Amino acid sequence: MFAFLYNPDRFMAFSRWGAPLFGVLAVLLGAAGLWLDFAAPPDYQQGYTIHIMFIHVPASMLSLFVYLCLGVASFLGLVFRQPLAEAAARAAAPLGAGLTFLALITGSLWGKPMWGTWWVWDARLTSELVLLLFYLGYMALQAAIDDEARAARACAILALVGVVNLPIVVFSVDWWNTLHQGSTLFAKGGPAMAPVYLPPFFLMILAYTSAFGSLWLVRIRGEVWRRRANVLAVRAAR
Amino acid sequence: MISALSITNLALSRGDRPLFAQFSLTVSAGEPVALTGANGAGKTSLLRAIAGFIRPDAGEIGFTGADGALEAEEARGRDLHLLGHLDGLKSGRSAWEELLFQVHWTGGTDASAEAACEALDLGRLRALEVRKLSAGQRRRVALARLIASPRTLWLLDEPLTPLDAAWRARFGEIMAAHVAGGGMIIAAVHDPLPIPARAVAVGA
Amino acid sequence: MSGFGVLFRRELALSWGKGGGPLLAVSFYAAMATLLPLATGPAPDKLAIVAPGSAWLALALASLLSLERLFERDYEDGALDLLSLGSTPLEAVAFAKCLAQWITTGAPLALAAPIASIALGASPSLSGLIAFTALVGGLGFSFCGGIGAALSIGSRRGGVLIAVIVLPLFAPPVIFGAGAIEAYAAGLDWKTGLLLLSAYSLAAVGLGPFAMAAACRNALS
Repeated sequence: MFAFLYNPDRFMAFSRWGAPLFGVLAVLLGAAGLWLDFAAPPDYQQGYTIHIMFIHVPASMLSLFVYLCLGVASFLGLVFRQPLAEAAARAAAPLGAGLTFLALITGSLWGKPMWGTWWVWDARLTSELVLLLFYLGYMALQAAIDDEARAARACAILALVGVVNLPIVVFSVDWWNTLHQGSTLFAKGGPAMAPVYLPPFFLMILAYTSAFGSLWLVRIRGEVWRRRANVLAVRAAR
Repeated sequence: MISALSITNLALSRGDRPLFAQFSLTVSAGEPVALTGANGAGKTSLLRAIAGFIRPDAGEIGFTGADGALEAEEARGRDLHLLGHLDGLKSGRSAWEELLFQVHWTGGTDASAEAACEALDLGRLRALEVRKLSAGQRRRVALARLIASPRTLWLLDEPLTPLDAAWRARFGEIMAAHVAGGGMIIAAVHDPLPIPARAVAVGA
Repeated sequence: MSGFGVLFRRELALSWGKGGGPLLAVSFYAAMATLLPLATGPAPDKLAIVAPGSAWLALALASLLSLERLFERDYEDGALDLLSLGSTPLEAVAFAKCLAQWITTGAPLALAAPIASIALGASPSLSGLIAFTALVGGLGFSFCGGIGAALSIGSRRGGVLIAVIVLPLFAPPVIFGAGAIEAYAAGLDWKTGLLLLSAYSLAAVGLGPFAMAAACRNALS
């Protein structure tokens, strides 16, 4: 059943209709989410800036999810020696980095009207920043090793070390935040969400997930094509 | 103790470049083998695959002992010497320090290290720093562990290149003694070995 | 295992480098401790606030120094091949290397850290804790740094790549160690931070060698 996960040809067949489907789904869900969001009454505390939350929070949640996907793909690629899994891990990294960056930017934009500064070292934003460093380190290692197979395995090891380390980092940043309890305004990452906001919120999360799925499939297809082109080039050169 | 090495239908590639396929070879105790082939044919890669560094695309490499099949990792860790192009010597340390480490690491003793030092005529050189030795002298230091730590299978990658004619002959004697004692040698060479050996071609 | 003992003694000798190893690390640390007041201004009250934290940060960075040589040199001169073909497992080899590095670099830095902190204006009563946390944290830095060093074998980008890979791994010990020191200075509970730091370092010691050995095998293939 899951043959499309490890058989490149089956994967290409699946992603041919899968990628556009997820893309369309993402657009529809996103549109619905944003429409419901703007249709809801403005938050009494934050006014219109609450809308940034619908961009920021799903982005940060997805950035963590993508890292998990990266870890799983790395594990499968390392243990079962599946080149498709290696390609999937490699393809996911820039998407994760982009999402993390988006989360940081929107977090900063949200913070300005709320707390008055462009950046604040609260637990979540700091953890996001470290996550960005994880992604950047992964991509740097990928770029630094010429041999593709070796690069993929080295990055897989790094990803697994990162997956183990990430909860530790989140915990340590939380602990650090409680130590330096400057202002209670920063605690708990913002006010609780009113129930009227929940449906658009979930829609946005689904939209982001769908968008990620679509882009990931597209990128993996690109990886598969690139490798096939490489093999052909090497054969032609002999 | 390895008594036989069997390679069946081995296929190797370096990066995206396939080297060879369907390569089979059986080597028993007391047998020297000379691997021949063009540059880039895959002789070094074959040696490294036997040593367990490179994972083959297809095929099997098996070690047999007196009591049957041997665990590959154990056979490689205990009964195999690999001498590659590089000597593995640290330039800032003295020849004797490095020789002693390599001998101890591969299972030899102080006494056997001394004997090897004698046999390779390294007495005058032992106190010198490795950086002050010539390539041939460094190769002799690296050869010491072959003599001092008894391991059955010798994988040699162009071992004679830095040695002069006298030392090539000398090393031939060492190899002959090893083979006579039941050892196995697989050497990748461009020139003929100083001992009679079965020639095996690598690569298409 | 005699193999491990022989290797460990050799690694100690190599990383000691006729005195150059610890001297280099301590000099770098001193340089960083000097640059800090040059950057922030010598006002004692301002310096004293950041003193323990910056001393810790400089410690993390100084630990990065000798990481480049940890595996790369053996890879370049062919010694890593030999180390993989001994009767001692590669994980033990990685363990010996990082342990030797900690002893020759981490321990001298742990002695230098309280001196630097006092020079930056921290209270001398913190010295004992600073030295102890530096020692324990240094263990974590060595083993986590070793992971980065092993992963970058053969990449020729060297030190900067190792730093980029390893700094997220350094974040928790930096937080725990500096947190413990600042808690002690403020008269609050400092034991938690110390325990967390020790736990992290021990985890790094226990798990790191497996990642390093896997990375070494990858580099040799």
